[in-house]
Amino acid sequence: MISQIFSLAFLAQTIRITVPYALASLGGVYSERGGVTNIALEGIILNGAFSATVGTYYTGNPLIGVLCGIAGGLLTALIHAVVSINIKADQIISGIAINLFAVGITKFVLEILFHSSSNSDRIPGLPHIKLGFIEQSPDIARLFGNPLVLFTILIIVASQFIIFKTRFGLRLRAVGENPEAADTVGISVTLYRYYGVLISGALAGLAGTWLAFDQHSFTDGMSAGRGYIALAAMIVGKWNPLGAAAACLLFGFAESLQIQLQGAGLPTQFIQMIPYVVTIIVLAGFIGKAVAPAADGVPYEKEK
Amino acid sequence: MKKGFSVFLTVVLLSGAAFLFESCGKGQPSASPNSEVGLVFDVGGRGDKSFNDAAYQGLQMAKDSLGIKYQYIEPGGGSDRESALRQLANQKSIGLIFGVGFIFTDDITNVAKDFPDKKFACIDYSYDPSKPLPPNLIAIEFREEEGSFLVGAIAGLMTKTNTVGFIGGMESPLIRKFQAGYEAGVKYVNPKAKILVAYAGVTGEAFKNPAKGKELALSQYSQGADIIYHAAGVTGLGVFEAAREMKKYAIGVDLDQWNEAPGYVLTSMVKKGNVAVYDIIKQWKENKFKGGTAEVFGLKDNGVDFVYDKNNQPLIPESVYQKVEALRLQIINGQIKVPTQ
Repeated sequence: MISQIFSLAFLAQTIRITVPYALASLGGVYSERGGVTNIALEGIILNGAFSATVGTYYTGNPLIGVLCGIAGGLLTALIHAVVSINIKADQIISGIAINLFAVGITKFVLEILFHSSSNSDRIPGLPHIKLGFIEQSPDIARLFGNPLVLFTILIIVASQFIIFKTRFGLRLRAVGENPEAADTVGISVTLYRYYGVLISGALAGLAGTWLAFDQHSFTDGMSAGRGYIALAAMIVGKWNPLGAAAACLLFGFAESLQIQLQGAGLPTQFIQMIPYVVTIIVLAGFIGKAVAPAADGVPYEKEK
Repeated sequence: MKKGFSVFLTVVLLSGAAFLFESCGKGQPSASPNSEVGLVFDVGGRGDKSFNDAAYQGLQMAKDSLGIKYQYIEPGGGSDRESALRQLANQKSIGLIFGVGFIFTDDITNVAKDFPDKKFACIDYSYDPSKPLPPNLIAIEFREEEGSFLVGAIAGLMTKTNTVGFIGGMESPLIRKFQAGYEAGVKYVNPKAKILVAYAGVTGEAFKNPAKGKELALSQYSQGADIIYHAAGVTGLGVFEAAREMKKYAIGVDLDQWNEAPGYVLTSMVKKGNVAVYDIIKQWKENKFKGGTAEVFGLKDNGVDFVYDKNNQPLIPESVYQKVEALRLQIINGQIKVPTQ
């Protein structure tokens, strides 16, 4: 039974579940490193999924769909950016408002375009890249042939570099840790916070795009709480791209384990707890204190 | 600048409120008192390709053949169900009010007590025999287990791997009825068959997570299942996606779900909300409304069934169909008792 559970199919499933978490979680890292709390991830994922579906449906081209998904995420994040950075409103309230707004607007437009309150018509999936060297295992080939999987791995590694080794990353972290100091040396706090929030919008929009292509359609409320899990993973990962991705992988693993074990004759209620128990154990036992960027969630008031 | 945000928030909330009652008062301005039918949909609303659409079909049938007028409300999530019921009950022209979904159970009981001169009916009411119903309320229940038994029998007769699957949405007594009937059906025709069971979760979200449904189904298919029955709402759409990908069979629920994955949907267990709504309206119109009871729609009343039409006839051998039809008769005349848990 053990070998059946820990198979290549299991590995592939774990990664499939992890991808949307990782993209959104990474988005959270950019936003919060710049000092803007982003619980709007949930709504951004939903709007991203919806935009990707509509874009693909009307053009028949999944690549345009991907761009639309990113654009949908960017636009939603833009609302959060304006409200949080320019208007300096409470970022939690703005996030909640956006999440509620996303549920309503997607359903509303879904009814207009597809005459259904539950799901859209079917869309084509992303074209698969042929990777000759792993074709012998269909599970793995199908997984790594998906361009979004490859992109996710690349962007995780690249983000670690961008945030900690580049001038852009240093400035982004500066406006999130100590905006007064950053401002004093001539870094525009507003501009860099916009960068953070907008990058998070693009990435969470891409997470939604993944969901839409995985399901070949949009369904009402399909983000199903993934934005919040991503946010938790970001905290567990201590606002580090690699850490957040590792936390997402852990959540993906726990969820996949839960799915595999459901066929194994254990009580389902017990198995349903696994992901949450894992979360609590990891949070309490292994991570230690997670410290947010010092100015995370605090609007910047320029001194006159 | 806080003011700017409160304006923003107000606009968002107002537009939300507008959604909640977007369809209030559709229908004609009132005629004679107590002559019209009102209906409040479950979350999902019209166009859910499932239960709400079935209820709406029932309204349409009643309009076409009984000439009644109707009004309906599609509430959003949360607690506006009760106010939607009250809003309809307060209209003089409306005499009969439906709530669609077990979630209305408590709300409709309270509202029915407050409006004793109106009639109420609730589809999927979770009826507790120890609590008497108000005399003006009918609880409509379906014998989902009977329909599930028949699709289970089809699966049991047709599996080539001797393994079939069941995927439920939120783990709850209602969904376990589907599971129990299905398992009994599979075992009745194929005692050696293995049945894999999985649930998407323990909250309402579990009905709205197609990606999870797809992973659950992929996992069952890779463990050898070649037919999976779902009772998981929108989550079940992921099961069809997995069926397409693995080129295996899935069985739909509530309505004929052939179109979700043509060629891969072996059959669907249909719950005829339309029949129930129409029947109750007809009884009410003919002054035969029997409140205070639970009206149960099973195989006998044509309230549940499975799909066998020109689409899936090529998939199901005639011999299988005949055997399942024989089982139907045995259930109807009581020779087979289908378990509910």
